[in-house]
Amino acid sequence: MTDLLQMTALEAHEAMVAGDLAASEYTAAWKEAAAGDDLNAYLWRNEDGEDSQAIAVERDCVAPIAVKDIFTTEGVPTTAGSRILEGYRPPYTSTAVRKLLEAGAPILGKTNMDEFAMGSSNENSAYGPALNPWDRGRVPGGSSGGSAAVVAGGLAPWAIGTDTGGSIRQPAAFCGIVGLKPTYGAISRYGMIAFASSLDQCGPLTRTVSDAALLLGILQGKDPCDSTSVGLDGGVSLPDREDLSGLRFGVPAELGGDEYDSGVRAVFEQTLRKIEELGGEIAEVSLPSSEHGISAYYVIAPAEASSNLARYDGVRYGMRAGGDGDLVQMYETTRSEGFGPEVKRRIMLGTYALSSGYYEAYYGQAQKVRTRIAEDFSGAFAGVDFVVTPTAPSVAFKLGEKTDDPLAMYLNDFFTVPMSLAGIPAISIPAGLAAPEGGGPQLPVGFQIAAPAFGEQKLLDAAYALEQGIGFDARPEGL
Amino acid sequence: MAELEAVIGLEIHVQLATKTKMFCGCELSFGDEPNVHTCPVCLAHPGVLPVPNEEAIRYALQIGAALSCEIAPRSIFHRKNYFYPDSPKAYQISQYDIPICGAGRLGDVRIHRAHLEEDAAKMIHVGESGRIHGSGASLVDFNRGGTPLVEIVTEPDLRDAAEAAQWARLLRETIRQLGVSDVNMEEGSLRVDANVSVRPAGSEELGTKTELKNMNSFRFLQRGVEAELARQRQLVENGGTVEQETLHFDPASGSLTSLRSKEEAHDYRYFPEPDLVPLVPTEEQLREARESLPELPVQRIGRYEEMGLASDVALTLATDPRTAGYFENVVEAADGIEPRVLANWVTGELAAALRQAEVDGGAADSRISPPDLAKLVRMVGERKISHGSGKRVLAAMVTGGGDPEEIVEREGLAQMSDSGELEAVVEKAMADNPDAVEKIREGNGKAIGAIVGAVMRETKGRADGGEVNRLIQEKL
Repeated sequence: MTDLLQMTALEAHEAMVAGDLAASEYTAAWKEAAAGDDLNAYLWRNEDGEDSQAIAVERDCVAPIAVKDIFTTEGVPTTAGSRILEGYRPPYTSTAVRKLLEAGAPILGKTNMDEFAMGSSNENSAYGPALNPWDRGRVPGGSSGGSAAVVAGGLAPWAIGTDTGGSIRQPAAFCGIVGLKPTYGAISRYGMIAFASSLDQCGPLTRTVSDAALLLGILQGKDPCDSTSVGLDGGVSLPDREDLSGLRFGVPAELGGDEYDSGVRAVFEQTLRKIEELGGEIAEVSLPSSEHGISAYYVIAPAEASSNLARYDGVRYGMRAGGDGDLVQMYETTRSEGFGPEVKRRIMLGTYALSSGYYEAYYGQAQKVRTRIAEDFSGAFAGVDFVVTPTAPSVAFKLGEKTDDPLAMYLNDFFTVPMSLAGIPAISIPAGLAAPEGGGPQLPVGFQIAAPAFGEQKLLDAAYALEQGIGFDARPEGL
Repeated sequence: MAELEAVIGLEIHVQLATKTKMFCGCELSFGDEPNVHTCPVCLAHPGVLPVPNEEAIRYALQIGAALSCEIAPRSIFHRKNYFYPDSPKAYQISQYDIPICGAGRLGDVRIHRAHLEEDAAKMIHVGESGRIHGSGASLVDFNRGGTPLVEIVTEPDLRDAAEAAQWARLLRETIRQLGVSDVNMEEGSLRVDANVSVRPAGSEELGTKTELKNMNSFRFLQRGVEAELARQRQLVENGGTVEQETLHFDPASGSLTSLRSKEEAHDYRYFPEPDLVPLVPTEEQLREARESLPELPVQRIGRYEEMGLASDVALTLATDPRTAGYFENVVEAADGIEPRVLANWVTGELAAALRQAEVDGGAADSRISPPDLAKLVRMVGERKISHGSGKRVLAAMVTGGGDPEEIVEREGLAQMSDSGELEAVVEKAMADNPDAVEKIREGNGKAIGAIVGAVMRETKGRADGGEVNRLIQEKL
């Protein structure tokens, strides 16, 4: 049984296609593993007897998958980590989940997340935080914390999440797995509960780069239900590149070193040397506007969120409170009780940023910064193939460590937000271990590689070669 | 004090008669059971995304072409944010700073813009007033929610209430003839709001405007604007100032009540809709829109006036393209008779005869073929029959069809000319009405009517009026 769980999703897929592995046996093993969730990583699991149409499988040859609880799945509870959607069972299935089901991947369960994907620690979940399998006293990152925790914690072979400003990459880094945020438009957003529509993108959280490629190939594609989707021309092939010769990796000159922990810095520099060993070239690039990324992001994302979350009013579905009074009182009570503090903070920030008289100074200005950041990347990619940074400024921090300091929490996105604003693909792969500042057992450190828009194949190929070169094989204790 | 001039602009919402809604696949409907034409998208379930309706875009481009609007090479949608149960997303997707149709013109009125948006759901307020204030409960019908709308905004080029109503009729007719909307004001597929202000005559500056809503007929539009103009004039003449506000016109009482003042105006927090990409019409779409246009009322009016028709007759025909087509067939068949005369027969005598006979449908659906009508008009013109007889023949044709010559023959309606027969009848009529004869001699020209009337009665209308007059004068 344990052997089954050690296989990567790709290995299992190949074994099932070859007829060497029975899908039912493989899926049953994972269901059993998922049932042992002691990380609060699943909000709903596909238990036997609770099968619904939404989890029917046409073709049993793709590994079962954990899905962030932000993807609507017909008849299956979908909360987006929020109290306001408690008990909500959507009447339709998201394109991403539909594609997984059509490919023959059973849904193992829905994973915990920061409420409406707002957060970097999973502590904003209305259902309590998922825990980091490396150290249960620490956060798994966020917002796709549950998806990262199940993959790293042996509760699912792979998972999907969403990334708005780093919500796939940062938890992948904190949990020592691979996380890919594809180009904006590569995967349909239909049925992916919106946080910030112009930034949200679905992506894989996997143990290996090859698994990420396999999953991306299933998920990508233009969707008539999403006008902003375009898909990836030519699809995705499994990566097989063995070295990095002829490739140039740009390190932003603006990366001073103050922004991140020394342990993270050591792993980052060691990884740059590994790139050179593999024949790659390290160059300096300039991304002068990136330092304003966080500021721009925390205007644009809340602005869009303030509008996207306005539909949760207690009228048509989900939670309703204060229904005895008048309409406005019902709206206010429902939203006051249904949303958590971080969501309310961002709704207020966003509402303010869009208000008459402030729009130009905030939203308009932030959009200009966004354009500059995209131009910075275009400029950089004229000279290099990839831009590389640490994924997060630190290793996984302790539960409660940053909950009282929203700004410190927001700075977790420092390295990931610029790519989101530019709409370009970026992957985080585990690059090594480092002790947290202040001491303690060693924890995973992620290495981020970003590529030009729609450069997924090249990105996966390079990440694969680097992954093989690094040979990261540390696992949480007991796995 | 200088005289006050009225300045009126209109905002017209046109529901497009597409098969499906603006951003989802739900069927459009009117009068169906509530909440049967809904889906996760138009009910704003979590995670849904809008997909623009290609047919609605085509219709908007046709409206733009009909109103001679500049078409934006790249227009975008915005979100208009507000909380209300008729808006399930809590925002309306609408075009804001870059509408699909820019500046244009219809008749004498400049178009400011025309843009695409989605309709709100329908609210039904339970209670006597039918309005939200004082109602015990409100019901929402999402069938209408998401219906494609084009909102047309004019420049403030209208100068009185009657002109505003007349222009709105022309606009409705234009859109109706495009076939892109039912333009039914009572059912709400055409909704007209008016922006009304006054200013000293000759001034270039605009006064403070108020916005009038809920005028669901052209008559109410005219009455509402008249009432508001009267209110503003009185206010200004008494030294007051007009406050910017939105007003509700109650056609039953003729009263205006304030819906919201400027201070209460919403901050809609517009921002570009991130779920949609810009609308970029292709050359082919633009060409199709232009080429799909029928001859529009304004063009038809111009052409008919050039043919010599009176403007009211030209307008009547232009607003009824089927009858206009019939008229043009009559003109062709009549070969040489003045179109003006033929138009009067079509819109006057024939329309009256159809009404009288309670025949459904217009001239084009009647039993009278254009050549037969042309023949009849020619007979009257050549004085083969009198005008009065012509109407009798027409009445017979409306109910039974047939060749006018045969009907004249059958009914013995051929014109009595200056033969001795008519002369004898005139003499008898004069002898029977000595008082009238005396009055005419004393210079009272009108008295001749009594004698003419007696002649017509006697001849059953077969006498030619001009000839009768001539004979009376001769015999005085």
